[in-house]
Amino acid sequence: MTLPARDSYDLVVVGAGPAGMGAVAECAGQGISLLWVDEQPSPGGQIHRGLAAPLSALAGAYQRGLALLSAARAAQAEYLPGATVWQIEPGASLGVSVGGASRLVAARRVILATGALERPMPIPGWTLPGVMTVGGAQTLLKAQGLVPSGRVVLVGTGPLLWLFAAQMLAVGARPALILDTTPAGNARRALRHLPGFLASPYLARGLGLLRRVRRAVPVRRGEHPAIRPRPAGGLLIAWESGEAEADLILLHQGVVPHVHPAQAAGCALAWSEAQACFVPVTDAWGESSIPGIAIAGDGAGIAGAEAAEYGGRIAALQALAALGRIDAATRDARAAPLLAARARWLAGRAFLDALFLPKPAQRQAAPEAIACRCEEVSGAALRQAVRQGATGPNQLKAFLRCGMGPCQGRQCALTVVETIAAERGLSPAAIGPLRARNPIKPVTLAEIAAMPVSEADIAAVLGRR
Amino acid sequence: MHGSCALLAIARAAVPWKHPGMTARTCFDAAVIGGGVVGLAIARGLARAGLATAILDEGDVARRASRANFALVWVQSKGLGMPAYGAWTARSAALWPRLAEALQQESGLALALRQNGGYTLCLSEEELEARRAAMMRLHNQPGWQPIPWEVQDHAAIARVMPMLGRDVVGGIYCPLDGDVNSLRLFRALHVAATRHGATYLPERQVERIEPLPAGGFRLHSRQGVLEAARIVLAAGLGNARLAPMVGLQAPVRPQRGQVMVTERTAPFLPHPMVTIRQTDEGSVMIGDSKEEAPPDDRTSPGILAVMAQRAQRMFPLLGRLQVIRSWSGLRVMSPDGFPIYDESAEAPGAFLATCHSGVTLAAAHAELLAPMIAAGRLAPELAPFSARRFDVPAAA
Amino acid sequence: MFRRLPEAESRPVIPFTFEGRPAEGRAGDSVAAAVLALGELACRETAISRTPRGPYCLMGVCFDCLMEIDGVPNRQACMVPLAPGMRVARQRGPRQPWP
Ligand SMILES: Cc1cc2nc3c(=O)[nH]c(=O)nc-3n(C[C@H](O)[C@H](O)[C@H](O)COP(=O)(O)OP(=O)(O)OC[C@H]3O[C@@H](n4cnc5c(N)ncnc54)[C@H](O)[C@@H]3O)c2cc1C
Ligand code: FES
Repeated sequence: MTLPARDSYDLVVVGAGPAGMGAVAECAGQGISLLWVDEQPSPGGQIHRGLAAPLSALAGAYQRGLALLSAARAAQAEYLPGATVWQIEPGASLGVSVGGASRLVAARRVILATGALERPMPIPGWTLPGVMTVGGAQTLLKAQGLVPSGRVVLVGTGPLLWLFAAQMLAVGARPALILDTTPAGNARRALRHLPGFLASPYLARGLGLLRRVRRAVPVRRGEHPAIRPRPAGGLLIAWESGEAEADLILLHQGVVPHVHPAQAAGCALAWSEAQACFVPVTDAWGESSIPGIAIAGDGAGIAGAEAAEYGGRIAALQALAALGRIDAATRDARAAPLLAARARWLAGRAFLDALFLPKPAQRQAAPEAIACRCEEVSGAALRQAVRQGATGPNQLKAFLRCGMGPCQGRQCALTVVETIAAERGLSPAAIGPLRARNPIKPVTLAEIAAMPVSEADIAAVLGRR
Repeated sequence: MHGSCALLAIARAAVPWKHPGMTARTCFDAAVIGGGVVGLAIARGLARAGLATAILDEGDVARRASRANFALVWVQSKGLGMPAYGAWTARSAALWPRLAEALQQESGLALALRQNGGYTLCLSEEELEARRAAMMRLHNQPGWQPIPWEVQDHAAIARVMPMLGRDVVGGIYCPLDGDVNSLRLFRALHVAATRHGATYLPERQVERIEPLPAGGFRLHSRQGVLEAARIVLAAGLGNARLAPMVGLQAPVRPQRGQVMVTERTAPFLPHPMVTIRQTDEGSVMIGDSKEEAPPDDRTSPGILAVMAQRAQRMFPLLGRLQVIRSWSGLRVMSPDGFPIYDESAEAPGAFLATCHSGVTLAAAHAELLAPMIAAGRLAPELAPFSARRFDVPAAA
Repeated sequence: MFRRLPEAESRPVIPFTFEGRPAEGRAGDSVAAAVLALGELACRETAISRTPRGPYCLMGVCFDCLMEIDGVPNRQACMVPLAPGMRVARQRGPRQPWP
């Protein structure tokens, strides 16, 4: 693991998932100085975890990723795995931490391809050992070949939940139960988006998968599950009309953009009603409200791996044009098929969004559930603070420290905003996001101390009191 | 003055606020503009004195120093150029235990007040000498009420804080200094004020203050109007714009201060220092810089780096702790750095309170200033704090 | 709770210690994965209420996998690649200020 070799680059791409790989691949042969960083030890992003050594049972799903990776490798970027961007300044300088040391690099252009997070699922008992996310379990499977065993219960909604159940089956494992928490009215609401879905490539893939899983795994429905430990060991999950014992419970209710990096850079966010989350404001090229900073892939709004790759490529073309490497006509010509391909995937998305969107009560913390895992704040405490005058997530920080722990609000910000909104009878858009600032990932004080300083910086501190 | 209620316009909240204590009331005995620690401390006092009190505040994202401060209850360096400020500060520090206890009773929240003495650490002989000279100047002022302080050398400080770095040559110690959990103070003031009957009205940025001919005031905001017999301008930096509307002035400017905070650790810093303190929750706060004319309230890597370098020299083990957050706050600075307390001659019933060290002074505001405003008059001891001190006649 | 697929089982063995006891992981493991593979679901006690927690997201965002690794407290076990000879222990409550 090494630090960036230079102080400045034409382009820095943050993230090595499909969007990042797409962006880097598009820059091949353009002769720009290109830094490519990702905090994971190997490329691929969340979808292609373990891309370096895929398991044979899942190898089919890696074909596209492997091809994309070799295209990206051809761009001869300076690729740094295990490198965390912990600071982004609007003038486009980035603090990059590798193995406990940091370097500040300047970038003429930045593409943030930092992807998505699983939406918090703040049900009672979600902090118990033995409860983890479906995405987490999937990472263990892909990267380490670890398969959940014993009585495994999958709880929640969303394509990833069903996909993971199918992947378990593919490696010879079987969930004991799927508790489907999809709200009852969703299917009806999704219907009007059906035409786009039918025309999209999602259809064939999705139906076969659902059929396979339903044939092999018992599925129950319940919208408000709660988990508690059993005195004898293991867990118990209960819902409106039943309960089940479990050794491992995997939760999932969709994914949302990971907006911290964009927010720290000062990029504007907007509330997406369809996806019930904050999304950076971007144009068709992925350009954010901050000049020089583009956002591509799920980090700019959830659209899936294929759309992410196209988004990365499109943002890279714009960057190349801005850097003067290609002219506008070339950019447009190369972008046209990419934009069209992305549009086909996006068309299918609205249906999936509507079909799997958890309802507001499922996105808020129940009074007896923990809302902020780091600071151990309950839904009840949160509601009480709102009644005492905390109008939004930032005031609430002052009241309860929600969002002030090491995860920096990644696990609670949306829950907090939605719970405040409900308590106040307003929309989350009116409440606004939790503010995220540098450092966007914890770094040691020593690393911060090693950043370059100017005379003015010294004067601002020493001229004190 | 209560008769001004007859003049009521119908106030309609554009943004509904679901709040059990919330009424459609639009006429109050007193309205406090600003819901930071200064406004809340005063509002709690007014409400406790039996006045029907409203607190008008901005929304979730506001230039609110109360959420960004360093949480010191600090005496040792205050008052160079205005002995009255030194005395006022020392009095507030002495009143703090009473306030902490009262707020705990009223809100159920423990404020973690600790007044066991604080240090200013110095990293060179020159720094130490400069600090010592400044303390001497402070004390040699005519009219100064002495406070205890002493210079301590490295060995003396290392005895109480064994993790002290070798680069620390010594420091100034003052036994009156302390700190508090300032976020809990903020919340406790909220709870206490509303428990005494005050009405908190967020998202009510006051745009215009209209003194009424028959006495009293009408406060205009985009959400509607509200009337009050008495008003208190405690809007921090917002006071600069509001004060002239009632014949007052508040020439305050923003000064940016940056702060970092680490992960929680087991306790190891038993005393607060002016730039480093460990909170009762275990995290270590490192601050703070001073920048004039800040473009925004972002943090800047270079300044954080300088702060981090100094902190590491003071306590080398800090270097290994993870910094979890950084932020900057905008201090509310008057031209001489001292508070402004005023009442309007032109529009009787309008008061103004603005200061930098709102945490330190919270006890004075709650226990001394609020009763004065409730009684309708600032005591003569506050005369030196009037903004009229800035009306220097042009040199002849 | 987890079993390793045969083809992953055959990856090179990485010896380490968990809570002072000898243990084995495989090449490509994060510390969190290696500990979960041992059947240990709880990796720490929280700093506030001292209740047990386990790795939750496995992608570096939740900070519920904090462990003491080679004497350094509060490390994100899901982000640290397992290395031979590592000393891995639960993080119990708030860390000490010194390593
Ligand atoms: C970096 C930093 C470190 C500090 N450290 C310390 C310390 O260690 N000890 C200490 O004692 N003090 C400290 N302070 C100072 C302390 O935080 C402030 O003195 C205190 O917060 C000032 O309170 P305030 O209520 O005047 O201002 P604020 O806290 O800024 O509150 C003003 C309020 O008024 C509202 N408002 C503004 N305009 C309007 C309007 N037109 N209508 C309605 N509402 C309006 C705002 O939204 C806000 O809520 C520090 C400050 C900073 C920035
Ligand atoms: S398990 Fe979530 S950060 Fe490691």
